[in-house]
Amino acid sequence: MRNGLTFYRHLKKRKLKGNILSLIFLGSTMVGTLVLIVLIVDVLRDGVGWLDWQFLTSFPSRKPEEAGLLSALFGTLWVMTLTALFSFPIGIGTAIYLEEYAPDNRLKRFIQTNINNLAGVPSIVYGLLGLSLFVQALAMGRSVLAGALTLTLMSLPVIIIAAQEAIRSVPEAHRLGAFALGASRWQVVRNIVLPSALPGILTGTILAMSRAIGEAAPMIAISALVYLTFIPSNPLDRFTVLPIQIFNWVSRPQEDFQHLAAAGIIVLLVVLLSMNAAAIFLRNRYQKRTEE
Amino acid sequence: MTSRYQSPSVASDGQALPSLRRRQNRLREAAIHRLLVACALVSIFTTVGIVVMLVVQAAGFFKEVSILEFFTGTRWTPLFDPQHFGVLPLLGGTFLTAAIAILVALPIGLASAIYLSEYAKDRVRRVLKPLLEILAGVPTVVYGYFALTFVTPLLQNIFPNMIVFNALSAGLVMGMMIIPMVSSLSEDAMVAVPRSLRNAAYGLGATRFEVATRVVMPAAVSGIVAACILALSRAVGETMIVAIAAGSTPKLTLNPLESIQTMTAYIVQISLGETPHGTVEYYTIFAVGLLLFIMTLLMNLIGQWFVRRYRQRY
Repeated sequence: MRNGLTFYRHLKKRKLKGNILSLIFLGSTMVGTLVLIVLIVDVLRDGVGWLDWQFLTSFPSRKPEEAGLLSALFGTLWVMTLTALFSFPIGIGTAIYLEEYAPDNRLKRFIQTNINNLAGVPSIVYGLLGLSLFVQALAMGRSVLAGALTLTLMSLPVIIIAAQEAIRSVPEAHRLGAFALGASRWQVVRNIVLPSALPGILTGTILAMSRAIGEAAPMIAISALVYLTFIPSNPLDRFTVLPIQIFNWVSRPQEDFQHLAAAGIIVLLVVLLSMNAAAIFLRNRYQKRTEE
Repeated sequence: MTSRYQSPSVASDGQALPSLRRRQNRLREAAIHRLLVACALVSIFTTVGIVVMLVVQAAGFFKEVSILEFFTGTRWTPLFDPQHFGVLPLLGGTFLTAAIAILVALPIGLASAIYLSEYAKDRVRRVLKPLLEILAGVPTVVYGYFALTFVTPLLQNIFPNMIVFNALSAGLVMGMMIIPMVSSLSEDAMVAVPRSLRNAAYGLGATRFEVATRVVMPAAVSGIVAACILALSRAVGETMIVAIAAGSTPKLTLNPLESIQTMTAYIVQISLGETPHGTVEYYTIFAVGLLLFIMTLLMNLIGQWFVRRYRQRY
């Protein structure tokens, strides 16, 4: 009888301990969300008063009340368009090769390990690569093109890994069916695999692009800290991008520039959130379709 | 050109294609194959490019400065007279901020992984995981701003004599940035633990908490170690937070309230200025970059090895 009582007392204690710790686990999960909310509120509070049409349509200036991010906005647009143009075909091509063509041998495993490692290389190292390869060795100068090529190399591993996952999720039976009808390998890829993997590939690519848009470190190595009062008109022009402009403003001691930085961050976050929303929308639609 | 499946070139009406068309098809298939191989080679050339570029340019640095001085010197003053090229202060700064980041991210990330994999209902998980993904997608320059203009003033209330640029607030914010990474990698490892192990423990009368901490966590330990190492590698390579909030005074110190400089922040500092190409000062960033690359590469390789280990086991 006494043993039974201690057992129940002990059990109660064990359950209490579990309940308290489960609350701690829940709390920890909330920390991330809390940080996100505090960060967004902080940025909005600092910057929303400075966000107006004049801010979006002016060039940077020494006077904070006249400064804007027009050149950075167009620079980002330029660099991202080119990066997407380069990285999308190369990334998908690599993924198709690895998933549909490459025989399962050491070369394939080597390429795969290599891609996984490239995904973990710090972005500033890509900046150094771009600086010595594109800016200097290939004499592109500190241009839009050099920046876009650097970002292409940086985002390729992410795009390839995402595209591979999307391609892998296409059922093998679909491929075999097409082969049985006499389709060639490329016909199978183009007509069977790519159409059903495309939403997944797009989701991954959009997420990779949104990561690239926010990258400041490699862009600083390519472009340095420029004070640009023109919009790039061709790929060999000098450029600046949103994160560089924000960094420029953050690193000035005057309070007004900090507010400009916050306003710039709001613009950057709006761009990123709409890209993320597009990616999530695509993913949800895609998931629904495969469940049917 | 070998392909796994041979495709007979038969037209839809069952008649063999004219040989010209068949040859055209075969040529097209071969051309496409070659194009795809070329795409795959881009990633190999990227790695080769990184290694060659870093080694060649760093060689320009090590012609002037001995490797011994680089690794044992305790002063880093390439921009002033007398010049000193001891990388230890930069290494120290890097590990100080990364250590603070891991101290924040490991317990919080691990606890949220346990919650998401063992406690959360499907509907809760479907809300929380995208939020963590958004947190992971916030650009680092934004985190830098947050560290400098929000966390630092907050910490100055607690430590009144703390300077504006300090290792602590940069490390704390970096920790918040890598929480999602620790959490999602550890959660993957915990989800991979077979249901039967959990059920056996429940059958013996264990509570949910006991199952989570004494069965699932030990079974997922190699995944958790992997999460740790990969997150550390990410923290070591992180650039903008430390460039904005941690300062630019290379100093060998363990005091997180002081201003320091990390390897990445040093590279940014030199990239911003107009250091003439070809000087020792210019080559320093490649020597530092090479060291950074080797360190993160080793950590990533070890991390991936641990990931493979738990994948093999279950």
